[in-house]
Amino acid sequence: MSDKKVRSMLSKLEGHKFDAVPWNEPKPLKDSRVAIVTTAGLTVDGNADWNAGDQGFKIIPKHADDLTLAHYSPNFDRTGWVIDKNVVFPIDRLNEMAEEGIIGSVADTHVSFMGAQPDHTLETIRLDSGPAAAKALREDNVDVVLLTPI
Amino acid sequence: MGTLASVLEQEGFVTIALSSIREQTVTTAPPRALHCEFPLGRPLGKPNDADFQREVLNAAFDLLHQPSGPVIIDYPIEIIDDADAPLSCTIPPADRGDRNPAAAEALGLLPAWRRTNEKYGRSTVGKVITVEQVPDMLDLFTRVADGEAWEEVGIPGDPTKIAADIKNFYEEASISLSDDPPSARSAESWFVEQTQAGSVIQQARINMKEAGANFYFWYYLLPMTQHHEPIDK
Repeated sequence: MSDKKVRSMLSKLEGHKFDAVPWNEPKPLKDSRVAIVTTAGLTVDGNADWNAGDQGFKIIPKHADDLTLAHYSPNFDRTGWVIDKNVVFPIDRLNEMAEEGIIGSVADTHVSFMGAQPDHTLETIRLDSGPAAAKALREDNVDVVLLTPI
Repeated sequence: MGTLASVLEQEGFVTIALSSIREQTVTTAPPRALHCEFPLGRPLGKPNDADFQREVLNAAFDLLHQPSGPVIIDYPIEIIDDADAPLSCTIPPADRGDRNPAAAEALGLLPAWRRTNEKYGRSTVGKVITVEQVPDMLDLFTRVADGEAWEEVGIPGDPTKIAADIKNFYEEASISLSDDPPSARSAESWFVEQTQAGSVIQQARINMKEAGANFYFWYYLLPMTQHHEPIDK
């Protein structure tokens, strides 16, 4: 039941909320190009050390198969990730859905940030790394972003 | 996560956020969120269960039919972690009477860790140390647990990262030693409650806290739900 305690301890955390919630109208899912943006702290260069407070991002290519989960926090389960990357980064599921025509296509470019950031204003992500990641996704013609949290 | 979703929606994308801590999702108000009461670290719920993962994704993509936001939908299935039920896992005896018990224990786990690594090809060990360095690091943490000052035993870097490497090494080894893949947090509880290394790091953490170490260094030495302080302190 540890997760219940963690959720309780983290429930009052501050967070940045935009004055107006942005909203875009989707096109049909079967015509949409889908990318994953995760906050699991994934890397593709074998580096397992993502420092607390680093609000940067990594590009995760669609076919990368040597992913490392480098998140700094000890407060979540990692064995699920070791057994099956899809429980964090569901790339195989998206590929199946594309083959079945449920989604239009799977992006070549996916992105990882790291969650549990000590700076709850996320100023760097809002003003710098977030827009930079968006540029990379836009260059890959992404329509829909699926965010998976850690 | 919620803020990041809004940043990306602002940039022109249609975003769908899986949510793991509901209150944070309410606070940050992403445009579309599917809240999943699943074990933290497993946002799609169940490893090696493609059908379950697909159902979660189907529910997430259904949010594209919502007319306006912010909207939070609660996924109807809850999965509870098994921190209260430590993994059943026997450690092979390393038969190394020349080493301290925690280091000998870690030596006994190396073959199992290698089997896990060969089978799955993913490891979370390597923030500071390699798996081969785990026994030596346990020698150092044992000295802290026995009362030496943590700054003076020669820990080669951030002690929280080295403790994470040790814990992750044990958890990954346990995958090959248990009959079934570990349920969420069962390997963590096994490590903290039933291994020599877990006891050593727990005691080192308590000693560092009582010696006035920086909050970060003792707090992040173990998961916050595994901080078992002595009752009489």
